[in-house]
Amino acid sequence: MMNAPVQVIPVDFERQRAVCAALRAFMPEHNVLFDREDVTPYECDGLSAYRQVPMVVALPENEEQVCAVLETCYEMRVPVVARGAGTGLSGGALPLGNGVLLSLAKLMKIIAIDPLARTARVQPGVRNLFISEAAAPMGLYYAPDPSSQIACSIGGNVAENSGGVHCLKYGLTVHNILRLRVATIEGEIIELGGGGLDAAGYDLLALMTGSEGLLGVITEITVKLLPRPECAQVVLAAFDDVATAGQAVANVIAAGIIPAGMEMMDQPAILAVEPFVNAGYPTDVAGILLCESDGTREEVADEISRIERIMEQSGAHIVRTSRDEAERLKFWAGRKAAFPAVGRLSPDYYCIDGTIPRKRLAEVLRSIAMMGKKYDLRCANVFHAGDGNLHPLILYDANEPGQLERTEAFGADILRLCIDVGGTITGEHGVGVEKIDSMCLQFSTTELEAFHALKHAFDEHGLLNPGKAVPTLRRCAEFGRMHVHSGAEKFPELPRF
Amino acid sequence: MSDPVTQLADAIRAAADAKRSLNIRGSGSKAFYGNPVTGEVLDVTAYRGIIEYEPTELVITARAGTPLVEIEATMRDKGQMLGFEPPHFGAASTLGGCIAAGLSGPRRPYSGSARDFVLGVRLLDGRGTDLHFGGQVMKNVAGYDVSRLITGSLGTLGVILEVSLKALPLPPAEMTLCREQTQAEALTLMNEWAGKPLPVTATCHVDGRLYIRLAGATPAVHSAAAKLGGETIADGAAFWQNIRDQRHAFFAGDAPLWRLSLLSTTPGLALAGPQLIEWGGALRWLRSEGDAMSIRKAARSGDGHAIRFRGGESRDGDTRSGAFHPLPSAMLKLHKRIKLAMDPAGILNPGRMYEGL
Repeated sequence: MMNAPVQVIPVDFERQRAVCAALRAFMPEHNVLFDREDVTPYECDGLSAYRQVPMVVALPENEEQVCAVLETCYEMRVPVVARGAGTGLSGGALPLGNGVLLSLAKLMKIIAIDPLARTARVQPGVRNLFISEAAAPMGLYYAPDPSSQIACSIGGNVAENSGGVHCLKYGLTVHNILRLRVATIEGEIIELGGGGLDAAGYDLLALMTGSEGLLGVITEITVKLLPRPECAQVVLAAFDDVATAGQAVANVIAAGIIPAGMEMMDQPAILAVEPFVNAGYPTDVAGILLCESDGTREEVADEISRIERIMEQSGAHIVRTSRDEAERLKFWAGRKAAFPAVGRLSPDYYCIDGTIPRKRLAEVLRSIAMMGKKYDLRCANVFHAGDGNLHPLILYDANEPGQLERTEAFGADILRLCIDVGGTITGEHGVGVEKIDSMCLQFSTTELEAFHALKHAFDEHGLLNPGKAVPTLRRCAEFGRMHVHSGAEKFPELPRF
Repeated sequence: MSDPVTQLADAIRAAADAKRSLNIRGSGSKAFYGNPVTGEVLDVTAYRGIIEYEPTELVITARAGTPLVEIEATMRDKGQMLGFEPPHFGAASTLGGCIAAGLSGPRRPYSGSARDFVLGVRLLDGRGTDLHFGGQVMKNVAGYDVSRLITGSLGTLGVILEVSLKALPLPPAEMTLCREQTQAEALTLMNEWAGKPLPVTATCHVDGRLYIRLAGATPAVHSAAAKLGGETIADGAAFWQNIRDQRHAFFAGDAPLWRLSLLSTTPGLALAGPQLIEWGGALRWLRSEGDAMSIRKAARSGDGHAIRFRGGESRDGDTRSGAFHPLPSAMLKLHKRIKLAMDPAGILNPGRMYEGL
């Protein structure tokens, strides 16, 4: 969370001049920015509560230039933060005042689509949705669909291992990519994965995915494309309490159904959304479920009738099924607009991203409601119910003294609760700077040390996105709430990291 | 007598202190796989049993020594399965060995690989330190994905203690179709079908015949079968189990068995020896006395890699490269650094994958 403010480092103008000169040796002047007004647009990503103007912004146009930027930074020992579209919600692309912000935005070409092998080779700056649009004429699409898919870049998706509303059935980014070209901090290219479904050696493709820019810079991605399902339908079911809705989700799974999407919204979320998009949600209910089936016509017809029956038997008092594509999209429009809708109710909102075992949902929502009272803040919940990924949205006003601090404390309490019930502090948004202190609760000293040792294997001088994702042991000690593992009795000493 | 985890941790610490190699062993069902390891045997079968299984959470957690058959039987009782259809290669085959080898069966291209289903692991690293990574939830991006890195690392990075896996429901209906088809036709069909919304869950071409498994809701399976055509074979389940565990006649005999993992659209290999194709064209099995160099070259031209899967050690013309496809130098360097991070004394299954790992 945001307990520790990021240190603002005064610009070292001499260093800035030297780095710019080195970068301009192989890149045009307009691709190396340092003027305050030119670099300010890069001061934050989707987590705008954190801002830091970078020393230099580099905008390479091809892989060769990416490598050269890294090699230069390596030689000059300048830290590098890679950035795609800058839509991340955990501050993973927050710049460093003494570092280079490496934007991959100019690498935005789809290099090739192979319809028979069902793959697309793309550059990291390509937008997620653009891949599916380009593949649509071939009857194919790219499955992971984070809600920000209009804007977010595929390189950022890989760095964060992004999910979406369909990932219970179709997997996360890691399940949908086949090969990466990665530039190491030394400026060398390595290829992870391959043309087949596995590759020689360790599964570095999996290790790189979700590593938040700490191990390398992705310069090219080969993604898997899937056949577009013949059809899809969604069931909307309304419940009088969220525990019953949670049980309905379990009943669907117990019946052997893996829905294409399974989303829950609580009443505060519904009340925010309905006036905004008129999705047709009932508003006098404790929660609704959206449960989608896709596949062949026969599969969908079979599955939808079973889902309807299960919802009714599970105590839903309203069960509605989309009659056509327009209605299906209308049902989804509400869910997809949840964040902006909540944004209309409050000057600011803060999105939490914990994952919990689904069976603990009711008690977790009850606890969150109690925390809301304690901190005197409103909270709406949207929930990827199939896979247990909870997104409480805390409403606050940054201009009201003390509200941001209360929001941060509220968020940290929710994350601690997620860990306590056997879940995790982040399901799909990443740790970034935002949740770095909560990492001290989720992992033991020895586990954090293992992470640092792996980081060292890729980046011995710690130049790639330092200060993100994995806290130093010193930071955890200062944070003062180090997770002590399996009854290990005392606080560990502070080794080198 | 201390508990199995303490015993294993003590054994690893003692070996690390003395710089003695350990040869990690479950049931030994995959002892043939990879390069030989010289070292004291570290038996990991004592730590066994299912820890937690909640069908409605779609997660099973078990100790590494648990036999795969026990896990699969328990899941079958609840109408679920392991979605990657792991090969057993032996009745006593364990979960730990399954994840350490990282091998997947016929369903792999259609629902995912062993590592795709791994949600979390508990392991002992090369210092004997007890570490947990990942967890028991579907979505978890906190920290590096060590659970998936461990999968398929053949024990060289740690001794797996516990694994959490995502479960999938058993399909209500299954049907296997078979038709006469040349290899080239089969490759085209497999790739075309994969691009269409069909409930295909396995494909195999052997002896001039193409086998297709359909699975899902009964009406969907019947409708797809009508679209695809071909005769229905009586005992489809036995056929796929024989492919999975290499008990099909193709796998009999002593000729070295090569596994080539390639771009699925790669044309039939111009190499001497019988071929069996799986995974929609992405996996080619080859029985060949041919030299390693030419087989690896063919794999490279198919944008993939070749593993000398079984046999052929003494005949291998290129013994230095071992069982696995040689890594480019930058990759080998990185692998060695990762090995050093997890197993600084280099005592866990040294050389099983590559020399120096």
